[in-house]
Amino acid sequence: MALDTEQDVKPLEFKVVGTRVNRPDGVDKVTGRARFGADMSAPGMLIGRVLRSPHPHARIVSIDTSAAEALDGVHAVVTRADFPDIELDDALADIRDNCMAGEKALYDGHAVAAVAASSAAVARQALKLITVAYEPLPHVTDVDAAMKPDAPALHPGRTNESVPEGMSPNVMARYEFGHGDIKAGLAAADRVLERTYRTEATHQGYIEPNACLAQMGPDGRADLWCCTQGQYMVRDTCAAILGIKQGQLRVTASEIGGGFGGKTTVFLEPVALALARKAGRPVKMVMSRSEVLRATGPIASTSIDVRLGMTKDGRITAGFAELRYQGGAWPGSPVEFGAMSAFAPYDLENVKTIGWDVVTNRPKAAAYRAPGAPMAAFAVESAIDEAARLLGLDPLEMRLKNAAREGTRASYGVTYPAIGLEATLRTARDHPHWSAPLGANQGRGVACGFWFNFGGNTSVSISIASDGTVNVTEGNPDICGSRASISLMAAEELGIPYDRVRTVIADTASLGLNDVTDGSRVTFAVGLATIEAARAAKREMCRRVARLWEIDEEAVVWKDGAVHPAGPNAGDNEPMSLAEIAAIAPNTGGPISGHHEVNAEGAGVSFATHMVDVEVDPETGATKILRYTVFQDAGKAVHPSYVEGQLQGGATQGIGWALNEEYIYGEDGVLQNPGFLDYRIPVASDLPMIEPVILEIPNPGHPYGVRGVGETSIVPPLAAIANAVSAAAGVRMTELPMSPPKLLMAMQHG
Amino acid sequence: MSQIHVTTKINGESREFLCEADESLLHVLRDRLGLTGAKEGCGTGDCGACSVTVDGRLVCSCLMLGAEAEGREIATIEGMAEGEQLHPLQRKFIEMAALQCGICTPGILVAAKSLLERNPDPSEEEARYWLAGNLCRCTGYDKIIRAVLDAAREMREAS
Repeated sequence: MALDTEQDVKPLEFKVVGTRVNRPDGVDKVTGRARFGADMSAPGMLIGRVLRSPHPHARIVSIDTSAAEALDGVHAVVTRADFPDIELDDALADIRDNCMAGEKALYDGHAVAAVAASSAAVARQALKLITVAYEPLPHVTDVDAAMKPDAPALHPGRTNESVPEGMSPNVMARYEFGHGDIKAGLAAADRVLERTYRTEATHQGYIEPNACLAQMGPDGRADLWCCTQGQYMVRDTCAAILGIKQGQLRVTASEIGGGFGGKTTVFLEPVALALARKAGRPVKMVMSRSEVLRATGPIASTSIDVRLGMTKDGRITAGFAELRYQGGAWPGSPVEFGAMSAFAPYDLENVKTIGWDVVTNRPKAAAYRAPGAPMAAFAVESAIDEAARLLGLDPLEMRLKNAAREGTRASYGVTYPAIGLEATLRTARDHPHWSAPLGANQGRGVACGFWFNFGGNTSVSISIASDGTVNVTEGNPDICGSRASISLMAAEELGIPYDRVRTVIADTASLGLNDVTDGSRVTFAVGLATIEAARAAKREMCRRVARLWEIDEEAVVWKDGAVHPAGPNAGDNEPMSLAEIAAIAPNTGGPISGHHEVNAEGAGVSFATHMVDVEVDPETGATKILRYTVFQDAGKAVHPSYVEGQLQGGATQGIGWALNEEYIYGEDGVLQNPGFLDYRIPVASDLPMIEPVILEIPNPGHPYGVRGVGETSIVPPLAAIANAVSAAAGVRMTELPMSPPKLLMAMQHG
Repeated sequence: MSQIHVTTKINGESREFLCEADESLLHVLRDRLGLTGAKEGCGTGDCGACSVTVDGRLVCSCLMLGAEAEGREIATIEGMAEGEQLHPLQRKFIEMAALQCGICTPGILVAAKSLLERNPDPSEEEARYWLAGNLCRCTGYDKIIRAVLDAAREMREAS
């Protein structure tokens, strides 16, 4: 059906969308001129630093800041007592409690105080003069241990009503999705597979540490410059926590050095504002790498049971998964997304997932690219692969047999419109990679992945200058080329060359609300709003020209960047180009602009299939990635190079997650590897080229067919690599990361 | 805490500065001289975002003291283009979409230039190992390696 649909829909013809133009911020970024979070300074600026708990769980008995305050060069010290005692909803209260501990420190690295001083050296010295009296409490960092009824409790009494009585107080919520009858489905199977899988927490690993520069006066007016995925989110969160008005706090997003979901919340910003208010001076705060790893959000570690029933010919008769995610010290792990997405690629009669949200003494989880989905896909796609191999079935054909298509009722409740999963599977099957020979100790794995994608609140403004150049003003930080994509869509719609458009990112006072850059929403939702804003500007230009020609508005049309007379009664006026109309705008009614505001719906779901070859070293347990191919549906690739970059980057983060990256906690509950030497992300010499294969099955919810592409690419790699490693090593790997010691142990002991 | 007076050359220009004895070259560049092109990704020499060359040798400026710059010649990303003329590596990085967020880009460009000065015709593997000390979290390195190899080819053909 998906392929039929592809043929039925007449493809749109594009002039500039789909071309590989140079990005507008390219020169700034290759010359070092681009200004990131830590690159901004202000006159009279102080340096802020945070004191962090060395205990994973402790009652804060007292904090004595007097010696630090007396130190020459110290201008302000803040603790929780400096934050107003405001009634906040749970989510905001948790963010506040994470930015500055209240009664308890809940993880190693939890902020307990902060100073602003004339230099970083003085600030460091001041931190040493702060005396905190802790009463250490028992702690727990493992998800399964935290679910035991007698586990140390972080937030006794906070459990949500969905959780049955008698469970550990660390279980915060229960989720359930699915349809059909699992028992009957398992009974109809020729083979039932039951496995438990575990994944460790990983960090987004953005190379730019969190940073901000704040200033705030006693009148409650404040300005903040920071690296964030969403300046409006920062504004609203900080305003609530500090008790100031949203409209009085202007937040400007700097260039952002990676986020991957990790910069969709705040850590330093409310603290910097509190310090700036107290000191009466601007305060800059920049995290060290160790602080980033200890105190900003990694993604959850998980423990997942899967039960799968399959017939001899590869039909899945039942799929069941129970997912346990720990999201650090507060509720809100992405287990709900995990439970929704686990079986999303398949058309199943009987499917059920249960998710448990668990708290532990670890940093509060933040989103990480398709939050919650990669671990669920690791479990389910590993089980499917193992069942297929046990039955002697081809893993791609078997997936095709069960693949979701247009009209499939997804395990999480929706019925799919046109989707691209089958297209990715068929393209993978026909690709030369699938039939290439393998050598000794080598294995090949495949896996599918799904992500919902998102639309959300979006506001875009387009203004046309008198020389016919165009500015698009949008409100979403550009992490990896979105300004180019937005400019392309504006140029396409207005019928002008790409280089006449410049897209800029507004601060919070200059444009209406925009949701965070997340959920793969920007090219979809901001693109949609840009196209609509351009259409509004075109309508206005048509009106102006019709008035000039003294004919009805209906008697003109917009074509190829100009207003043309339309129909026999429109006269023989020469078409007027956008530049010509812009030049006389003052005489036809003033400036010409267009804007569009929407809470966008219609984000098309996205699917991918990944294929990977690995070689394992039987002497060391090391795994080498030999070949990697990504097949993904982009709807429409607005800038194909940056779509390719998303597919390659997601696959690479998945490679790190599968093979090396992990949060390592000792018995003492202290993070043992808070640095890039020991928290090892993939480097250039670890990898081969990663081949991206872009498919374009248009999203019916977007004028140009665009789907989000940024997140799906991290969903399949964990399982694809585990399937390849298991095939190469001759032993099924069910725990991530498959680091050399773990793989060696498994190979030696089966 | 008396400061140290240092005389050095940065991107071909004579510069003087005062710094603390324990202050890294990276902090001097960024906080005292306004050269914020070099980035601090880790402060421990693991990420390469602060790469500069000192007397032609590639170093992590976070691992060198500012005081050690005395009498040396430092080259940073700010000196890579000649006026309006981008270095072929810079141009190829833009044309071939070899950057996404761009935070690692200055360090990678400085490191890649250093590679091509030593080896104008590196293999893919040589480029991958030379750049193994420069972390990029966005790209998966594919387009970076292609851009470096393509710039090398263009530079060989031009010379």
